[in-house]
Amino acid sequence: MSIDTATAARVAKLARIAVPQEDLPKLADELNGIIAFMEQLNEVDVEGVEPMTSVTPQRLKRREDVVTDGSQQKAVLANAPDAREGFFAVPKVVE
Amino acid sequence: MADLNKFGIAEARDALRKGDVTSMELTEACLGAIEDASALNAFVHNTPEIARAQAAAADTRIKAGDAPDMCGIPLGIKDLFCTKGVPSQAASRILEGFKPEYESTITQQLWDAGSVMLGKLNMDEFAMGSSNETSVYGDVVNPWRRGNDDAPLTPGGSSGGSASAVAADLCLAATGTDTGGSIRQPAAFVGITGLKPTYGRCSRWGVVAFASSLDQAGPMTKSVRDAAIMLGAMAGHDPKDSTSAELAVPDFEAALTGDIRGKKIGIPKEYRMEGMPAEIEQLWADGTAMLKDAGAEIIDISLPHTKYALPAYYVVAPAEASSNLARYDGVRFGHRAKIGQGDGITEMYEKTRAEGFGPEVQRRVMIGTYVLSAGFYDAYYNRARKVRSLIKKDFEDVFAQGVDAILTPATPSAAFGLGEMADADPVQMYLNDVFTVTVNLAGLPGIAVPAGLDKQGLPLGLQLIGRPWEEGDLLNTAYALEQAAGFVAKPAKWW
Repeated sequence: MSIDTATAARVAKLARIAVPQEDLPKLADELNGIIAFMEQLNEVDVEGVEPMTSVTPQRLKRREDVVTDGSQQKAVLANAPDAREGFFAVPKVVE
Repeated sequence: MADLNKFGIAEARDALRKGDVTSMELTEACLGAIEDASALNAFVHNTPEIARAQAAAADTRIKAGDAPDMCGIPLGIKDLFCTKGVPSQAASRILEGFKPEYESTITQQLWDAGSVMLGKLNMDEFAMGSSNETSVYGDVVNPWRRGNDDAPLTPGGSSGGSASAVAADLCLAATGTDTGGSIRQPAAFVGITGLKPTYGRCSRWGVVAFASSLDQAGPMTKSVRDAAIMLGAMAGHDPKDSTSAELAVPDFEAALTGDIRGKKIGIPKEYRMEGMPAEIEQLWADGTAMLKDAGAEIIDISLPHTKYALPAYYVVAPAEASSNLARYDGVRFGHRAKIGQGDGITEMYEKTRAEGFGPEVQRRVMIGTYVLSAGFYDAYYNRARKVRSLIKKDFEDVFAQGVDAILTPATPSAAFGLGEMADADPVQMYLNDVFTVTVNLAGLPGIAVPAGLDKQGLPLGLQLIGRPWEEGDLLNTAYALEQAAGFVAKPAKWW
């Protein structure tokens, strides 16, 4: 499988990273190099092998479905690049 | 007393308890050393006010007879750990100005034990790198040099600032994190001890996430004993990390008897890589002989899927990273790009992430996005997770044969020059993790111990891999190796 500039552009779009048009060929090249390295995995017989979901044999813990924290509006907003009237502010999303 | 910054944890603890030295004296010695060492670029946010306040509090506790092992010990903290009110930006532009409103569990435990924070340490951006050249703060410089050649060398990565700071005696010890080798490779490159605990031994809460199923924090110290002491303070169950193990924390230091008679040490044939430098091969053989002389039984073992660990890692880690790093959107914290007339929220995300992430982070996020995208998920991500199961089974099989620990080289080379890999393919840099990455994939504990110098006078390390949750036993084997290797070399001060 090989990544062309159109695929590189699509991946960049999915990752929400702006990549200038002129940088796409280099990006496609780099991604191809890494993907080629990954292709080695095709040599392995994985028939009947379960994909790993947890590296230690433990069940994910469950907790009571109760409120344990909250009322920290100031702390939550303290690092926001733009916070107004107790909310995160973003550019207009609806025309 | 001169050169208090050269103390290790155990030495300082004993001197503090005897009243021979105060935490304030240790702290001032480190703060002075840090000030003199800006050429190393290891410390990137200094916190002298916090350090002095904590040192004063520690001295009061010690006088009152309440002195946990880590009380009064001045530490450096990798920038990946969230520290309340102190910049914590994972060496990334995208977290510029971020001051957490909370403290990571591990650092909180260290402060509760009375430790002193000297400041935050440089690292590769989001812990993605093996040479500390991807940091927004600039490269970290290794205090070691090749003989009289003053070309700056890498301290390794991603915990390069931690490695450089401990090796140059800017602090008594430091925290590191290890996703594919980021504690053990830099420790080997600077001649110190670096321990990656079993996955789940130390809480990940408040540690900026890279690849959540692989990330594990651990100590970077001047000796195996120090690693045992510091791990004791860092480890423990944390309800805030759902993968944190509900296991009691043993007294790791008490495990250090140095007696490894009858222990079975496995030597995996697959780690004998083609093109491996003769010096690394020799070091490995020497280390094997040392453990044998100490009474261990040496067994040749096979870990047949070793070759596939790196490619599996470079699917799994970027996949998890692409998901974890989706949170950096310029809305809730950190950097937000200036947007143009008519730009909407999508343009804000795209520009913010293009400006905020460096090239290596962008590359990994995009690789991760690709391997998780529709049509490729099974071919790459699921296949890599299956191979990961096989790699873990390789280890389970040798442990079932009675093997107690596995000895391997820590790195495929000594420290290389900063900039030397600049034109190399990204995959060439990834090969640095070839001996360490299997351990993360299998969730095992691993430790790098300095074992010798190469022809150019640079440190080389060996790695020991242990059974899950048996860090005590692993540390004891490492202790025996440390005693036998007798590595005492220090870099000559040029900075």
